[in-house]
Amino acid sequence: MDLSSFILQQIINAIFLGSIYALIALGYTMVYGIIELINFAHGELFTAGAFIGVIVLTALQQIGWVETHFVLTMIIVFSMAMAYVAVLGVAVEHVAYKPLRTSSRLSALLSALGMSIFLSNGMMLSQGVSDRPYPQVFGVEGIEFMGARISNGQIFIMLLAVALMVSLQLFVHRTRLGKAMRATAQNKVMARILGIDIDQTIRITFMIGPALGAAAGVMVGLHYGAVRFDMGFLFMIKAFAAAILGGIGSIPGAMLGGLIIGGIEVMWAAFLPSAWKDVTTFTVLILVLYLKPSGLLGKGSAEVRV
Amino acid sequence: MVKAQAILELSDIHTYYGNIHALKGVSCSISKGEIACLIGANGAGKSTTLMTIFGVQPATQGEILFKGKPIQKLRPEKVAALGVSQTPEGRQIFPRMSTFENLEMGAFLRKDKTEVQQDLDWVFSLFPRLKDRMKQLGGTLSGGEQQMLAIGRALMSRPELLLLDEPSLGLAPKLVEKIFETILEINKSGVTIFLVEQNAHMALTISGTGYVMETGRIVLSDRASALLENEQVQKAYLGE
Amino acid sequence: MIQQELKKLVVNAIFLAILLIPMLGFKSTSFDPGRAFKTIGVFLAILVLNIIVKVIRSRKKEVDQTPKKPWVESITERVDRYPKIYTIGGLLAVAAVFPLFADNYMIDVGITCLIYVCLGLGLNIVVGLCGLLDLGYIAFYAVGAYTYSLLNLTFGLSFWSALPIGIVLGMMAGCIIGYPTLKMRGDYLAIVTLGFGEIVRLVLNNWDSLTAGPNGLFGMKRPALYYPSFGEDGLAWATYYLKSLPSLYYFILIIAILTIIGVRRLDNSRIGRAWIAIREDEVAAELSGVPTTWIKLLAYALGAAFASVAGAFFAAKLSYTNPNFFLFMESCIVLCIVVLGGVGSIPGIVIAAFVLIAAPEVFRGLENYRMLAFGGIMTTMMILKPEGLIPATRRRRELHEDIATKPKD
Repeated sequence: MDLSSFILQQIINAIFLGSIYALIALGYTMVYGIIELINFAHGELFTAGAFIGVIVLTALQQIGWVETHFVLTMIIVFSMAMAYVAVLGVAVEHVAYKPLRTSSRLSALLSALGMSIFLSNGMMLSQGVSDRPYPQVFGVEGIEFMGARISNGQIFIMLLAVALMVSLQLFVHRTRLGKAMRATAQNKVMARILGIDIDQTIRITFMIGPALGAAAGVMVGLHYGAVRFDMGFLFMIKAFAAAILGGIGSIPGAMLGGLIIGGIEVMWAAFLPSAWKDVTTFTVLILVLYLKPSGLLGKGSAEVRV
Repeated sequence: MVKAQAILELSDIHTYYGNIHALKGVSCSISKGEIACLIGANGAGKSTTLMTIFGVQPATQGEILFKGKPIQKLRPEKVAALGVSQTPEGRQIFPRMSTFENLEMGAFLRKDKTEVQQDLDWVFSLFPRLKDRMKQLGGTLSGGEQQMLAIGRALMSRPELLLLDEPSLGLAPKLVEKIFETILEINKSGVTIFLVEQNAHMALTISGTGYVMETGRIVLSDRASALLENEQVQKAYLGE
Repeated sequence: MIQQELKKLVVNAIFLAILLIPMLGFKSTSFDPGRAFKTIGVFLAILVLNIIVKVIRSRKKEVDQTPKKPWVESITERVDRYPKIYTIGGLLAVAAVFPLFADNYMIDVGITCLIYVCLGLGLNIVVGLCGLLDLGYIAFYAVGAYTYSLLNLTFGLSFWSALPIGIVLGMMAGCIIGYPTLKMRGDYLAIVTLGFGEIVRLVLNNWDSLTAGPNGLFGMKRPALYYPSFGEDGLAWATYYLKSLPSLYYFILIIAILTIIGVRRLDNSRIGRAWIAIREDEVAAELSGVPTTWIKLLAYALGAAFASVAGAFFAAKLSYTNPNFFLFMESCIVLCIVVLGGVGSIPGIVIAAFVLIAAPEVFRGLENYRMLAFGGIMTTMMILKPEGLIPATRRRRELHEDIATKPKD
């Protein structure tokens, strides 16, 4: 493979990885935008989605639907994962964050951390410590052009990711509830004065954000072939870096940040010793937080833009 | 003085900001269809009064009746649903939503699309400048335009009672005149207005009833025209 | 009114039960009715518990409006009535004779508890006194451990020679990690420290040539005591390596006591008060002339110093170290100790360390649920009582900002 196709391949991989990071980052950014809290449990919600995915998929595979009703299978798998995690997200908000809305930031952060530990260990108990393999759904076939290849699986996942992100944009800009979310993120008190129910708006945010994370979880499982109870941690950090990089609270920012972080990771792994790629991501995170905490698409510090 | 039916009544309202006793037994009554104003120095507690009415800063004691029903324990969302609207201090425009979207948010609780459109047209007739700025983000509007947007947004819910907090703040005199003219027009269409203002002169000129507040208490209440003639008021607030 | 409360309780219980679902797990192969019944049973149990708690709370509310004192505080108050000599002396006596009555396993648990006491107190400086949420604290522990290991294995330095170097390196690491966070707010600070903690671990894991990577380093000598002995050639120094568990236990006990004394004195010193001032209101502290930059870095550095000492001991005792000892989870455990014990409270942290570390050992069957319990405890503590079991009074006021003061009628 010559250099240009190699680079093209890396770009494809970067966009692929980036879209997944973007989906997870969206969950962070939406929640932070509306209640100014880092949802530490988000990584676990992502993992839970992946587990639901593998459970449902395995069941459907056993009755043969993966071959016969592929699209329907995918719809069911993703919907169930997203629906379950949406409910789980609301539960987390209700139990761990809502009671602390008026308390100090430290308390809310610690509560979030506690939730994260609780959920990840819960999953460890029920799902075991080892990798849980995903059924092979996509073959190795794909499209080749200019010396690089995209597998069918990658195409499917990227299309789905884009579809989800577009849907989110439409929801947030065109629907009544979506605009209520933006308004709440920009000025809570004013939103209440206009009659917007803050509690409900926050709940909806905690349904959509984690649901997107769950979709990303299923995608990761489908692509990499396995899920583990602790895979959420690393993805969480990277997605958080993406959200900050793009400007926390900004939906387009999360998408942009995801692509950039994906790009950095892929490019690093391609040309430099890949064992250190995670160190790179962490370093990028710290640099961003130190040099430009408002991110690329951000204007002030920690301003919320949805 | 014969008062029409009271649309809003406050009785012995006490509000606290943490340890600070902000409102110390505030009572007042606003008749349906009138313009009432609350004047006083900075920090007297005027904005707190509006925030308490809306339940954003809930009262710890006392009663608030809106159209005869107690509302002091209601959350702000519920108060809004009853037909009260507010243009808070500082305008509080949603900075990254367009003018149009801001107005849309005003009509958040309404389901009647055609009527909402009618009200939108009415708001644009009151403030033609907003129509030009329809797609612009709220944060990029000038102070005067934001004030107009804030009032327009408050009108979009077709309120029966409109609370205005310092609409003249930071605006050029010509603009202030225009705003107050518009306030009169809005009142003529049937909206009761409770106006909190530092610009005592303008406020008292257009109001029917006036209240003077000092350090959390109402110290004077009378017809606005009488207050304009009142020596104490003249010395303290009218600069004469 | 009761209906509304009941509805709220049911909703709460439902949500709690939902949170437990990931634990119960579903296998796709079969649907197990036993599992389903267990789930419903758990849900009902939570509901009943909630109702009981709510009833107790509302009864108490009618009686007494003043903020309740946590029951542990009433115990400490009663304890405080006795002269300190008896209480502390008693505790010391128990600690001193403990190895005589315990088997090796229990002594080992005791050693681990004491190590975590040191860690908890060190983190307390950063989080409790100064209010900086450090999620990467374990990195300093690692620095101490690896410094000793490398110095001992490569240069043959004894524990005592390596220890000061370890402390210095730890303090430097503290400054390096602390410096970028000086201007950051709570959330970002937490993430950055988390990032640093992970970077340290990953570097230790990947830098094979230096640290032997995931294999870890082994074969370090234990700490040694030197005593003069008269031999054939006259006066000479003989070495006595602390190899037995009881000897190591006493060693760490002394370290822990010194740590407690050290933290206590810092608490009451000008530096300690400066930290507390920063924690309460940084801007006001700055305006009052507190050099916030230096003081914050000092907090990181001193906290790191305590952790390095603990780390060096840890490596020496085990004669083995490995990057996997320094996972993010460990930082969380130490944080949980600080939170549970009462952010800023020394006795609370000591007790919490023992409770959190020893309890899973005592209830062996619960080993798997240890971390689960930690997570649950942290969240629950924050919701119910953000100050921990034995609160430092200032903390209690700060964290209960939401309680509106009622007018005195």
